[in-house]
Amino acid sequence: MSLWEYANPVKFMALSGRILPWTAALSAICLVVGLIWGFFFTPDDFRQGSTVKIIYLHVPSALMAINVWFMMLVTSLIWIIRRHHVSALAAKAAAPIGVVMTLIALITGAIWGQPMWGTWWVWDPRLTSFLILFLFYLGYIALWSAIEDNDTAADLTSILCLVGSVFAVLSRYAVNFWNQGLHQGASLSLDKEKNVADVFYQPLLVCIAGFVLLFVALMLLRTRTEIRARRTKALLARERMA
Amino acid sequence: MKALLIRDLRLAMRAGGGFGLGLAFFLIVTVLVPFSVGPDSALLSTIAAGILWLGALLACLLSLDRILALDWEDGTLDLLACAPLPMEGTVSIKALAHWLTTGLPLILAAPLFALLLSLPSAGYIPLILSLLLGTPALSVIGTFGAALTVGIKRGGLLLSLLVLPLYVPTLIFGSEVARRGADGLSYSTPLIMLAGITLGTIALLPFASAAVLRVNIR
Amino acid sequence: MHLNVQDLSVARGGIAVLEGLSFTVNPGQALILRGPNGIGKTTLLRSLAGLQPALNGEINAPNESIAYAAHSDGIKHVLTVRENLEFWADVFGTNDIAPALNAFELEPLANRPAGALSAGQKRRLGLARLLVTARPIWILDEPTVSLDIHAVEMFANAIRAHLVGGGIALIATHIDLGLEADILDITSFKAKPVAMKDDAMEGFL
Repeated sequence: MSLWEYANPVKFMALSGRILPWTAALSAICLVVGLIWGFFFTPDDFRQGSTVKIIYLHVPSALMAINVWFMMLVTSLIWIIRRHHVSALAAKAAAPIGVVMTLIALITGAIWGQPMWGTWWVWDPRLTSFLILFLFYLGYIALWSAIEDNDTAADLTSILCLVGSVFAVLSRYAVNFWNQGLHQGASLSLDKEKNVADVFYQPLLVCIAGFVLLFVALMLLRTRTEIRARRTKALLARERMA
Repeated sequence: MKALLIRDLRLAMRAGGGFGLGLAFFLIVTVLVPFSVGPDSALLSTIAAGILWLGALLACLLSLDRILALDWEDGTLDLLACAPLPMEGTVSIKALAHWLTTGLPLILAAPLFALLLSLPSAGYIPLILSLLLGTPALSVIGTFGAALTVGIKRGGLLLSLLVLPLYVPTLIFGSEVARRGADGLSYSTPLIMLAGITLGTIALLPFASAAVLRVNIR
Repeated sequence: MHLNVQDLSVARGGIAVLEGLSFTVNPGQALILRGPNGIGKTTLLRSLAGLQPALNGEINAPNESIAYAAHSDGIKHVLTVRENLEFWADVFGTNDIAPALNAFELEPLANRPAGALSAGQKRRLGLARLLVTARPIWILDEPTVSLDIHAVEMFANAIRAHLVGGGIALIATHIDLGLEADILDITSFKAKPVAMKDDAMEGFL
């Protein structure tokens, strides 16, 4: 019994069908609990007032925006190396979720930035990097939709994802060099001292769990749809041949 | 390899080869900028370096789909794939030919266009230096984009969408060199970064371009 | 120097079109492929030329021995006939294009831009390219399209000369070239749709 067995679409469909309702339900619970807790049962920040509560949307979506790209990079590598179709389809399925996460992070950031910095947008390195990440997502999705042949599309988008990742990291450093920013340091980190007090921190963790589960649920759902679409296509092709 | 380079240069020079098109585009962009931001030469001289870099980048972008699309349509790429040339060599030569016919003329014309935008005199050498080091990366990255979209009908717009984000680091460091130079500041750090990016892309990206091209030929 | 194919399966768009093909072509032999449109002749020839991966089986031929010619000839319209041929000669490391010009009666056209040629003349230029590659195995996909009777005769003569020199030719064509060649009808190798296996590793098909 190895993990690779779930690269078989049939096995994947069976397993994902079983865990999808659970992840969807769990994510709904986490999001409802985390957001209500965060919005209504935490004190206002002494400096930022109630605007700080937007972190319960901003931080999880920003985390997901980057991690979804990372997940696409891993699944693209698996496709290139082991050529499991499910892996390529999972990357395809994840991209639109990633783009929405990036958009949520950008918009909530703008809403937060307006009262804090007095402006909707600044060319801060973090903000700029997210905008660039958004462009990378758009290019990736556009390439998938432009190519008819499934395997060709999977190959080309995988290589684009690889090359794009390298250039995304390069862009991040270039942007840092180009402008030192306004944005506060990361709210969460493992090695540094916490920037966020415990009262804010606990609901934030619940919200992050909710976003991760939401992503997993959406990704499974979309991958299942892609697999079904592929199967339909394959069946039609067979019918034409027979 | 030499034969391919000579042929590509010859094709670019002959009628309909598009040689000079990028240059004309660069000129038009430079001329349009004062119309849109106003004729104030103090303002123009502060933004000149950035505008020239952006103009050069767009002029480069304009001719990218010619790198491979024509050879794709008439079957040359299929035949080259059977020839005793590694695909990595083919794409490198294609990128070199693109740089010689697009990048190099842009660099030579840039000082002239800089006059139009009243670039401060300290800015000329860093501008040329940064273009000289940066435009090869634009050609190599562009060839990767062209290889990705070669099989797609009307892939020009998609090509721009894919390539422009990849141009970000080159543009940032390149125009940083030109801007710092124009302000009379030291520009060696961004220049080294720019050189690093260019050398890195020249060394590594042809492998990705060749892989992508093989997939498209398949 | 043989072209040997063992139990070959080829696919178009990820779906097998031909399977179980085996044949050997010896030096000095030509093999003519027949079969209805859409059976997969082009796919087979492209796989043999190494342009696309085979699904299964083996293709045995010496390295860099294959020259491929298909519907599009890779001719540049703004270059002259001579420049077009010289380019391919340079790429393949040969330098004498006179025999190729001669074999397809292209000398009078040598200095004309290729864009000014008729369809048949372009086709002759495309076939002349085979001679300058100096490769022993020719893989030809419908080589006689738009050739007139006289030009077909030229082409047949070029093939004969190639075979006499120990070359190999694999030709997909519907017309009779007047060559002494084996004919292989690939219709019977059409891939059968495999039964849907639910536990197959990649169960899309």
